[in-house]
Amino acid sequence: MKRFALRALEALVTLWLLATLCFFLLRAAPGGPFDAEKAAPPEVQAALAAQYRLDQSLPAQYGQWLGDVLHGDLGPSFQYPDYTVNELIAASAPVSLFNGGCALLLSLLVGVPLGVFAALKTGRWFDHALMFLAGLGLAMPKFVVAPLLILLFAVTLHWLPAGGWDGGWRSAVLPIIALSLPNLAYCARLTRASLLEVWQADYLRAARGRGLSEMRLLFAHALKPGLLPVVAWLSPALINVVSGSAVVEQVFGIPGIGRYFVQGALNRDYTLVLGVVLVIGAAIVLINTVIDALRGALDPRLSDTP
Amino acid sequence: MPILALRLLVVLLSFGFVPAFAAQTLQRGNGPEPLPREQATSVLERGNGPEPSTLDAHRCPEVACGNILRDLYEGLVAEDAAGRLIPGTAERWGVSDGGRTWTFHLRPDLRWSNGESLDARQIVASFRRAFAPVTAAPFAVHFGAIENVEAVQAGKLSSERIGVSAPDARTVVFRLVRSADLPRLLLLPVGYPVYLPALAKFGAQHTRPGNLVGNGAYRLREWTPQANLLLERNEYFREPPPIANVRYQVTEDAASELQRFAAGDLQLTETVPPQPLKNLRARFGEQLRIGPYLGSMWIGLNLAQPPLRDNLALRQALSLAIDRDKLTRYITGLGETPAWTIVPPGVADYAPVAVRAAALTQAQREALARRLYARAGYSNQQPVEIELRYNTSTPLRRLNLAVAAMWRDVLGARVRLRNEEWKVFVGNRKQRVITQAFRGGWIADIDDARNFLANFESASATNWSGVDDPAFNALLRAADAAPTLAQRNQSLREAEARLLNLQALIPIYYYTSKHLLRPEVTGFASNPLDHHPSRFLRWRSPPR
Repeated sequence: MKRFALRALEALVTLWLLATLCFFLLRAAPGGPFDAEKAAPPEVQAALAAQYRLDQSLPAQYGQWLGDVLHGDLGPSFQYPDYTVNELIAASAPVSLFNGGCALLLSLLVGVPLGVFAALKTGRWFDHALMFLAGLGLAMPKFVVAPLLILLFAVTLHWLPAGGWDGGWRSAVLPIIALSLPNLAYCARLTRASLLEVWQADYLRAARGRGLSEMRLLFAHALKPGLLPVVAWLSPALINVVSGSAVVEQVFGIPGIGRYFVQGALNRDYTLVLGVVLVIGAAIVLINTVIDALRGALDPRLSDTP
Repeated sequence: MPILALRLLVVLLSFGFVPAFAAQTLQRGNGPEPLPREQATSVLERGNGPEPSTLDAHRCPEVACGNILRDLYEGLVAEDAAGRLIPGTAERWGVSDGGRTWTFHLRPDLRWSNGESLDARQIVASFRRAFAPVTAAPFAVHFGAIENVEAVQAGKLSSERIGVSAPDARTVVFRLVRSADLPRLLLLPVGYPVYLPALAKFGAQHTRPGNLVGNGAYRLREWTPQANLLLERNEYFREPPPIANVRYQVTEDAASELQRFAAGDLQLTETVPPQPLKNLRARFGEQLRIGPYLGSMWIGLNLAQPPLRDNLALRQALSLAIDRDKLTRYITGLGETPAWTIVPPGVADYAPVAVRAAALTQAQREALARRLYARAGYSNQQPVEIELRYNTSTPLRRLNLAVAAMWRDVLGARVRLRNEEWKVFVGNRKQRVITQAFRGGWIADIDDARNFLANFESASATNWSGVDDPAFNALLRAADAAPTLAQRNQSLREAEARLLNLQALIPIYYYTSKHLLRPEVTGFASNPLDHHPSRFLRWRSPPR
């Protein structure tokens, strides 16, 4: 219980530091949320500034914003005044989590078996072909992969929509594939490399010497330690597919949270950027805690329990 | 192994995969009922560019919300498919008192989309809300001709004092302090009647489906932020639109929008990404619709800083050295036309200013440019060093690279290109401290020459060039005081000619509107403001 409380406190301090740093960095960036080509008259600008408390001193703005956040209110969006930041995040986070979760699941379901198979067939043509394709998957940026998928499956074959979001599975397939491809490639490479390392361990040689079959060796003794790096990778991978999906979301027109990072920053939508940073930051802390617990379960030596 | 797999599954579930899916299902479950099958297949899918920032008609600042609001609302006047003024909520109107009083007579039996009747008093109340400073209406600035609007905007008078009144339930009267083309101004979203009871009840959320009460041909059925907005016929609108449902799709990326059109997911696009016109024509044929658009692209010149300050000959040389024909043919390439004036052709009742350089050949212009360059005090041995600033964008980079090459080849100028992120660029351009030559331009808010020229008034916030010419300001004031439209436009022409002689900017090209339209949709017509209300579109034959 004490350990849990300590971790919770650590997480809160981390989030506060993150939010504070972001708050002041955003305000230091040149340009403001209402700077536009067709500039509004000074009276209108003053009305807007008063409405969004921009007419107050920076410490006062920070104090009020922090107070609102503590009450669960992330404030109104500067760019989309019809919505609060809470509403925008509540609408977009499930979409990103769904797409990101599916993409990661697909990466694991395909990447791990491929990596295992490549490790078993190391040095053979399958291994070389797979590693070449995995390298390609990693090297190709999403803004190239996504339009290629659209061209093939939407424009040419007419199997799936070229973009847009209706909440149905058809509009999710191509974005999920585009999101999962680099992760799948990385997962396959990681599994292969880790398993090859484990494969040479002394305890496995001893087990082999006792006459255990290769399959038994793999499933009973090698796979569990071999997947440890994959489990450790899950945390950054999930964060990456959820928050780093701005390109895929933009190309496919998906209402996810990743776009708000980019749009929010470009529009100087202070409250939106801060809200997204806080939510993603909290998710990172949570995911890291879960992953640490899982790694501890897989290998008790990695557990931080004394 | 099964234990390991189970653990992995637990992790994924705990990440929110299933809760997210459940949340989505819940979200859909709580939304409006899905459209009946026969209606779902008759939805017009329109690309609409970025997410509309707001559906509050008075606060709408950009094209994306303007397109949707045009379907949800109707002002006193409206525009047809070709952009011509037609009666809106007012069936007729007239001007008296030497252009200072406009009287609009409303149609009988006007109704809001909730069935309640709409009268002149509600329209006046909506205008009062629009011009109150707290509303921060971005286009209210154009309504300074209405009595007391400027004082109300400045917070010196209460919004009750604006010169808009309703002598009876079917008449709206505007009192002006100077002449203005009021019916055209009233096409702006700030002129739409906002249903104030919904605003009082829901505040900023009065724009949500179910809360938003309009008076246009359509009403809002669904709004998924960053994805799409679904509109359905407003049963209380006097003429049911031929297309029952319109879905505005957020298409932030023009290249993706094109792919969605090619895949058959969109019937009308908001724009076309920069590609060679020849390729687009070959691929899409008659589906590609390019038309003139009231917008000018120019290179602004900062008259407040060296080397362009007090050096008219240099500014003229820089202008003449640019081969606009090459730029529009090989660099922009989507039907843009070379520009020599600020106000584009096609502005209502406005005859373009004649510019002598436009009649010369490019070789003659370049010869003249070299002479002016020498007269300005520069030569190959002592070239001018100038910075050309633009906001980060690939098409602008190509354009500015070409301009820099022309200045170097024709004049021997040393040009430094500098690109900046949009907000930084906008700030620097406005301050006029570090800019020299910079990307400028204007897309018309209204079909009026003054909308372009007012940017160069001494006190204008968009006077990026720092023009401070009393004679030019006086000509704009003369246009404002003119009793007739003809006299007003004559003063505006003189003002534009003066500005061009000052060479405060280098006109480059006039914009074009660009859309892709499926053959099954008819009723679309190019028009100067690129406004396309959905109520004039219809299916050529029953949709697939």
